[in-house]
Amino acid sequence: MAIRQRLGGLRKTLFGDSARAFSTLGIILLVELAAVPARDHFREWYGIQKNYLRLISGRDDAATLRRHFEPGIHQIWIPELSVVDRCDTCHAGLKEASLRGVETQPFRPHPAIPHSLEEFGCVMCHRGQGPATTSEEAHSSSNAWEEPLLPARYDESSCGQCHMDQPVATPRLNAGRTLLARYGCVHCHTLAYPDGVKPSADDDPPPLTHIAEKTTREWIYAWIKNPQAYSSTATMPNFQLSDADARDISAFLIAQSTPLAGEAATVSAAKPAAADANALQAGSSAYGESFCASCHAIQNAAGLKGIGDVGPELTRVGTKVKPEWLRQWVKNPKLYDPSTKMPHYRFDDKQLSLIAGFLESKTDSDFMANVSLQPVTSQQASHGKILVTEMGCASCHEINGVRKPENFAPDLTAVGSRPLAKIVFLPGMEHALPAYIEAKIKQPRSFGSALKMPQFNLATAQVEDLVTALLAQTERAAKLPGNLRIASHPASNYEPSGPAGRLMRDLNCFSCHSINGRGGDMAPDLTWEGSAVERDWLFKFFKNPNTLRPALIRRMPKFNLTDQEANTLSDYILTVYQSPAFDRDSVQTAADPATIERGRQLFYSKYACQSCHIVDPQKDKGYIGPTLTQVGLRMTASWIFHWLKSPQTLRPSTLEPDWQMSDADAGALTAFLMSQKSPGAKQEAKR
Amino acid sequence: MRTVLGGIPLVGLALGVACSRPASETVKRPATVPAAIVESSGGKQISTAGSPLDQPLVVQVNDASGAPVAGQFTTAVTLPSMAGRYQITAATKGAEGKTIEMKVEERALGFEENLGRQLSDRYCARCHDPESTPERVSNSDNLTAKPHAFSDGAFLNKMTNADLSAIIGHGGPGLGKSAEMPPYGAVLNRAGINSLIAYIRAVSDPPYQPPREVVYGQK
Repeated sequence: MAIRQRLGGLRKTLFGDSARAFSTLGIILLVELAAVPARDHFREWYGIQKNYLRLISGRDDAATLRRHFEPGIHQIWIPELSVVDRCDTCHAGLKEASLRGVETQPFRPHPAIPHSLEEFGCVMCHRGQGPATTSEEAHSSSNAWEEPLLPARYDESSCGQCHMDQPVATPRLNAGRTLLARYGCVHCHTLAYPDGVKPSADDDPPPLTHIAEKTTREWIYAWIKNPQAYSSTATMPNFQLSDADARDISAFLIAQSTPLAGEAATVSAAKPAAADANALQAGSSAYGESFCASCHAIQNAAGLKGIGDVGPELTRVGTKVKPEWLRQWVKNPKLYDPSTKMPHYRFDDKQLSLIAGFLESKTDSDFMANVSLQPVTSQQASHGKILVTEMGCASCHEINGVRKPENFAPDLTAVGSRPLAKIVFLPGMEHALPAYIEAKIKQPRSFGSALKMPQFNLATAQVEDLVTALLAQTERAAKLPGNLRIASHPASNYEPSGPAGRLMRDLNCFSCHSINGRGGDMAPDLTWEGSAVERDWLFKFFKNPNTLRPALIRRMPKFNLTDQEANTLSDYILTVYQSPAFDRDSVQTAADPATIERGRQLFYSKYACQSCHIVDPQKDKGYIGPTLTQVGLRMTASWIFHWLKSPQTLRPSTLEPDWQMSDADAGALTAFLMSQKSPGAKQEAKR
Repeated sequence: MRTVLGGIPLVGLALGVACSRPASETVKRPATVPAAIVESSGGKQISTAGSPLDQPLVVQVNDASGAPVAGQFTTAVTLPSMAGRYQITAATKGAEGKTIEMKVEERALGFEENLGRQLSDRYCARCHDPESTPERVSNSDNLTAKPHAFSDGAFLNKMTNADLSAIIGHGGPGLGKSAEMPPYGAVLNRAGINSLIAYIRAVSDPPYQPPREVVYGQK
């Protein structure tokens, strides 16, 4: 009763007449209005902004920083990139270079990068939930947000959304993309870069159509059980086969093999392997002189392998291949595998038997010690065929009777945007896409023993490189405006023509040299070689390549070319590979002693060329660039002159600094270099 | 300098576990008492921020006479995602429960320093790195004026950014030094030269201290 009376009294006091009611409502409204900014006061970002102001208040540049600071929520909105982010609400010092050295987050300034915040925003590179206004929502992956912040080690993947051009600044992305080709991922997986270009594999898996000529069933069995036991650097993955499956697959592979015909047929009546120590020593020398080690590795007694990583490791090759096949292969590899990268050396019979004998001696009895196979039954062979088909062996290898499967493995074109809801994580795994891709590459079968993806032999850093390349495959990247994309250098399918072209394909020049955008980077680019060199020198170089760059281990091998072949190549190179930038004979050098002397002084003092080049072998020591003792016989005056003027226009990747040289200096240096025609002081002294 | 007290947990744990043996009853107390921790290998490495170091960190706990107490402790270290220098602390308990510590420095490179590292490997290391590898023979010994290694902080820290920029862009003569240092101003762009300087500053030993900026204006 009393309460009711009191409430009635209160109502009368507050709403008794219209004036009272009006003022009460007014007060309530005022309180509500005040509560809205007060609620902001308790937001996380408000406290962070206050901390920022506190941080800058004690500094010398406080006035400037305060002027730059705007309170409240900031937003960057770039519709064409589908970027909305509010990160700089809290990251208030992002653009303040003078805060360099500040360690407290979120106030560190952003390190210098080539892109501006206004143009790209933050989430384009770092991912994360851009529109979020709490730090938890913006960064974390704990609540299964679709787009958590990218771990810093994968930052380069975001560069890959626009950059297809292998920028210097993104070594991990570049390495990852190289690995996609090197390990043949794209044999099974479909993958198109954001610009639509599909990378091609360059692991060069051998055809298996004549495998019985090359090796034994026992070797195949041991190899497919564990390729890395044969060679730790083998790119073939481990399919974790059971003994029975390996037995059946090896049975089928031998059964499907057809004999080679015609010239390619291996001569079974080969000479017995030379086993004496002298022959092996000579074989080892011949192997070295032919620079086989540029591409192949052989482990020595100290466990060192050398640098060769283009062809397979040969440490145990004697255990692998049949002697008669090996001879035939070393003689002319193109007959067995027309697409091999190995050059067709023109070895004479003696060299052939020395090198083949040396390689046959590279055996390892342990590798197949436990392999004993019963004769093949037809049931095993047919089961082997089923296995080979199911496991997709034909994705990489050419096999008789098994067609290359289409779309064998999941498409990876948009793998960087795969929704987390569609991913089955393993127990205990971080629920984030990078962690998932990492685990998939590291141990694919941990996601289910029936999965087909084999176990690759990759170091942790390589796995991270691959993850970096795959995380670049986002849906955003595919939808970016075309003008943002920096295209890759288009793959060139340049083919030299005529007899010289045939010869160049036979010698596989493109395995090491690049011409017109096609080929390897082991040796100099030859696109303008015709403008650079003298024909006499080129002919002699083909016949007997001498050392131009003493610091390099990889050198041009001697192919034993005939005079006719050397002439064909020299003529072709001199006529076809001419730079349009200048005429080969346009520069005539002044041969007067005064100019030459001036050139010498420039060489030794102003430009200190002897730091990298050798002109006088007695005195000069630099060996970064090629030796110039006989450069006057080797190169044309025009090339030297234009090279000195602007080396990068002639060969973009060269290390030679661009001196911005005057015509007078370049002319004098050219005159001095053209006067270098003697083979060097050492040989003169001999005379 | 960024200091991580208590160490990157991994190192602390490895040693903590190994050296908390006295507390455990199942393991026999080692006969000798730890007196010092020494680094065996893995210090002063350079890595990208947020990435694991190439080599693991290996430390050894010695007793007062310098003999190892219990072999070596190997730890794989992943640096945090911010660029900078990190101090990793290895700690153990010595005689009478005294804490014995040792600090190892590792450097994490950010974007700019990383770009500098790539350019340095390509253009500079052949002369400025006195160590040879099978792929790259050092040219350092062939030069009359010995190039300074980029880690040579005692010398390079005295040069200002403008000095470094001049010598990279215009060659040795740009700063009255040997012409054996060629100019790269026409090969590298401004961003490239800046990133090289950032890299040189990041790897210098002792660490580089930027000069305090003078701000003209009212506080």
